[in-house]
Amino acid sequence: MKLFSFLFTSSIGRKVLMAVTGLSLVAFLLVHCGINACIFFNDGGETFNAAAEFMAHNWLIRSAEVGLFAGLLIHIIQGLALTFNNQTKRKEKYGANAGNANSKWYSRSMGILGSLLLIFLVMHLKHFWVVSRFTDAIQETAGSTLFDEMIIVFTDPIPVIIYVIGCLSLAYHLLHGFQSAFQSMGINHPAYSPIIKSVGTAFSIIVPLVFAAMPIAMHLGWIK
Amino acid sequence: MTLESKIPVGTVSDKWTQYKSSVPLVNPSNKRQLEIIVVGTGLAGASAAATLAEMGYKVKAFCFQDSPRRAHSIAAQGGINAAKNYQNDGDSVHRLFYDTIKGGDYRAREANVHRLAECSTSIIDQCVAQGVPFAREYGGTLSNRSFGGTQVQRTFYAAGQTGQQLLLGAYSGLERQVGLGNVKMYARHEMVEVVKIDGKARGIIARDLVSGKLERHFGHAVLLCTGGYGNVFYLSTNAMGSNVTAAWKAHKAGAYFGNPCFTQIHPTCIPVSGHYQSKLTLMSESLRNDGRIWVPTKQNDERHPNDIPEDERDYYLERRYPAFGNLVPRDIASRAAKERCDAGYGVGQSKMAVYLDFKYNMTQRYGRTEASKLNIANPDDETLIRLGKEVVKEKYGNLFDMYKQITDEDPYETPMRIYPAVHYTMGGLWVDYDLMTTVPGMYALGEANFSDHGANRLGASALMQGLADGYFVIPITIGNYLNKEIHTKPISTDHEAFVAAENAANERIKHLIGIQGTRSVESYHRELGLIMWNKCGMARSEKGLKEAIAEIQALRADFYKNVRIPGSINEFNPELDKAGRVADFLELGELMCVDALDRNESCGGHFREEFQTEEGEALRDDENYMYVSAWESKGDSWELHKEELKYENIKIQQRSYK
Amino acid sequence: MSKLMKLNLKVWRQKNTQSAGNFEEYKVDASPDMSFLEMFDVLNEQLIETGKEPVAFDHDCREGICGMCSMVIDGRPHGPKQGVTTCQLHMRSFNDGDTITVEPWRANGFPVIKDLTVNRSAFDRIIASGGFVSTNAGNAVDANSILVPKEIADEAFEAATCIGCGACVSACKNASAMLFVGAKVTQLSMLPQGKPERQSRVVAMVNQMDAEGFGACTNTGACAAECPKQIPLSVIATLNREYISAKMNGK
Repeated sequence: MKLFSFLFTSSIGRKVLMAVTGLSLVAFLLVHCGINACIFFNDGGETFNAAAEFMAHNWLIRSAEVGLFAGLLIHIIQGLALTFNNQTKRKEKYGANAGNANSKWYSRSMGILGSLLLIFLVMHLKHFWVVSRFTDAIQETAGSTLFDEMIIVFTDPIPVIIYVIGCLSLAYHLLHGFQSAFQSMGINHPAYSPIIKSVGTAFSIIVPLVFAAMPIAMHLGWIK
Repeated sequence: MTLESKIPVGTVSDKWTQYKSSVPLVNPSNKRQLEIIVVGTGLAGASAAATLAEMGYKVKAFCFQDSPRRAHSIAAQGGINAAKNYQNDGDSVHRLFYDTIKGGDYRAREANVHRLAECSTSIIDQCVAQGVPFAREYGGTLSNRSFGGTQVQRTFYAAGQTGQQLLLGAYSGLERQVGLGNVKMYARHEMVEVVKIDGKARGIIARDLVSGKLERHFGHAVLLCTGGYGNVFYLSTNAMGSNVTAAWKAHKAGAYFGNPCFTQIHPTCIPVSGHYQSKLTLMSESLRNDGRIWVPTKQNDERHPNDIPEDERDYYLERRYPAFGNLVPRDIASRAAKERCDAGYGVGQSKMAVYLDFKYNMTQRYGRTEASKLNIANPDDETLIRLGKEVVKEKYGNLFDMYKQITDEDPYETPMRIYPAVHYTMGGLWVDYDLMTTVPGMYALGEANFSDHGANRLGASALMQGLADGYFVIPITIGNYLNKEIHTKPISTDHEAFVAAENAANERIKHLIGIQGTRSVESYHRELGLIMWNKCGMARSEKGLKEAIAEIQALRADFYKNVRIPGSINEFNPELDKAGRVADFLELGELMCVDALDRNESCGGHFREEFQTEEGEALRDDENYMYVSAWESKGDSWELHKEELKYENIKIQQRSYK
Repeated sequence: MSKLMKLNLKVWRQKNTQSAGNFEEYKVDASPDMSFLEMFDVLNEQLIETGKEPVAFDHDCREGICGMCSMVIDGRPHGPKQGVTTCQLHMRSFNDGDTITVEPWRANGFPVIKDLTVNRSAFDRIIASGGFVSTNAGNAVDANSILVPKEIADEAFEAATCIGCGACVSACKNASAMLFVGAKVTQLSMLPQGKPERQSRVVAMVNQMDAEGFGACTNTGACAAECPKQIPLSVIATLNREYISAKMNGK
């Protein structure tokens, strides 16, 4: 265990852990996005429900979920701890600031973007995950599906707006986080880094866009 | 006291080898009992401190900067010489020795210079081992270039930042010893007094520049590695903090000052742009590899340099010195520039500048080579410029950028304007072969001593000397003294000599800050600099020097009446630090003029208008002046001692680069 | 001679490390050809003449290589121009009538000594912890006996041009010193001479860096953008890589 203690104690180790957990969350997002995008078949949720059903009952996925949650928790706790810790490193603040002259605002705002995402996440989990996992039996007897649940939630415009804001936070969080994770793990190469950056940018735009399209499409009744 | 240079007997090429194998040594357990103080952490100081600590001595190192890494060696651009003969162009230790003696206009000590040339090769090995990233060829071997005054390529370099890389190498060695506990480092400390007990240097009084407090430090030996005194001219290529204070205190305590008037004026510096100018920036001598120096053939030519046709340009160095062309030694190039400007051919707003032009080599040399590599037959001008620019950029990019930053002109498009500026001081504390001053136990290394460059230093030799002294000479020669000191127990700093030295320093500082006059320290420094530049600069005359001495004396008297130093003693007070340094410059300036007046000849960087050939070249007087002037301080005056120079291996001749 | 510019300065004044500081306002006339520090010389001369305390600031070589000058100008270390130190920033980069805010480097690792002067000895201690090759004078083999490919030498040189000024720390929102440490680690881990102790070196240097109170890197890139020697961000990736590999080797 001593071998890995640096992941919790040293400045670089802690960043590496942020990167690894962050990238595992990126992988999760890809799967999540892929499955949810099934609603765009617009078949009354048939394909989507089947996929959700598979994810819910496959033991491999379920055990991966445990890892995912662990990773998510570490990402959140380590991220908050790092943010607060970093903020103590300059006791006397600058009188004049020109941050935008040397870096992007979202790269300096990962803590805030992450916190917004956390708030969104709590709500999101309450809406869907709790329902799909712990009210499983009730759902089946009531004949209600996750798809139906989505339709219900997104009828109300307020969750829709919150979801869109959540997706926007996600986009910016990813825009920095994706490529930053590779840098933290020591991957920076004149040939590969531009590719990583492009993929990261594409990912940060496409995935949140697809996610945001869901509540909007449902609210507007494009998907029934 | 007679001067004993302690040069070993034997043929010049064997002296150092024989000395090394016969000098008494200090055994490792005794080394641990001996303490050495090193003042200054440039190339000489950092390398000496690191090496002595590696050997087992207990070392205390001092620098006035906030970190030892910032000493002004860091600013050396062009390179470091070594007789490696990697280019197979006929170089050898003897040739480097010969070039250095000749470059110094036959005013350096043969034995020291030969030792320097011998050590030069080990320096490169040592630096590479430390991880200094010298420039390399595609095959992985080290790259070389030419410097002034030589006809071989023996200069090793790291772009235009050689001094930086070498210093960071020495600094890393020093910090390693700090980490190991063998060196105690005192940054932001200035040496203000020497402590002598029974005639031997036994320590220093240092001032902590942050708290302003005086501290006493004991050492069995004291090494002064404090650099040169070019800042006596106010405007120079030295750093703002470079000063003579430590060396001057040593001088006042009995160390003779050698050849104080030998100053090097570097030919290629960015000209002065206004009265507010605080320092001058050098453009490396390496630029003369590819830059051609010229002025218009018409006086007061107001045309843009690019509009002046080829046949109306006077490439005066190529014209006057066809054998060496643009790569003549610095003193010659500087004087030639001054001659042209004084005759009315100068360029730029002030008319005190000449052009350094890269166009020809950029296009005709590099452009054509690159074009032929790319198989472009008959390339047009535009292609040549484009291709040549890439090569020039790789070689001198950082210097070109710096020039543009300062002058707002692009040297890729327009020739650089350059003018000579004070750069280096060949003079310094007189030392014997062991690098010991006339005060037993006190040594001077690097630019702080007088020994290796005679009346003119060749380019890329300063780095060589600093590192040779620190890495390879002092570690051996100091044993010659310390082997006799192994029974000396550390002396308590409560000893009366420490108390007296501290009191003297304290009184001096209190007196300075108590004057509370009306003029800033800076204004005195500027005025002194102007006197020195006009009357003890590139050209000197008996009349001018006599005037200068009187003016400096008057200025010094006024300084002690009218200077205003704000703030108090026991705090961080840069104005007070500066005042102490300027006070010493005000004394040194006078000695420089006294020395220049004594030397009724022209040699190297010392040019007396009364002594020149019909063609305006320096006229040496070997019969009467082939000596080192070693000046002993006698309170308000000086007594001259002479060390006769003997040339047994080199035939003395009129220096010619034609 | 170019026209003088009239400038308003807001300068941080602080008596010593212990006391609190505040901004003071000054007016100064400057020529566009002056360097920023020469403009401060003029200000100081003005202050001394009127019996006031001059502003303490660090400076030495004034040619952009010693790394001593250290002013945060309008929120940017070394001012608005890229790739230059404060001493090589010229007043032509400003306009007549500008108000310029000048502050010291601010970081816990760099306590203020006075006004604009800070203590950067933390950097020396980081180097002392491992930023060297353990070789004694006299150990070396012939310089050409170990060949180093030009690309490697050039890249090591690029990293080695760091002047240790601390602009990276002062620009970073976390006051992280990773660009400084990364530059040294990169230089020495690339060269064959530095390879034998690359693992112990990186671990020791990172430990010291953390102990000095510098923050962690969040890859904003501000350090590299403000670095007067334009040390690239890739040195931090190299530092991370070297560190991870050393740690996974149980160092």
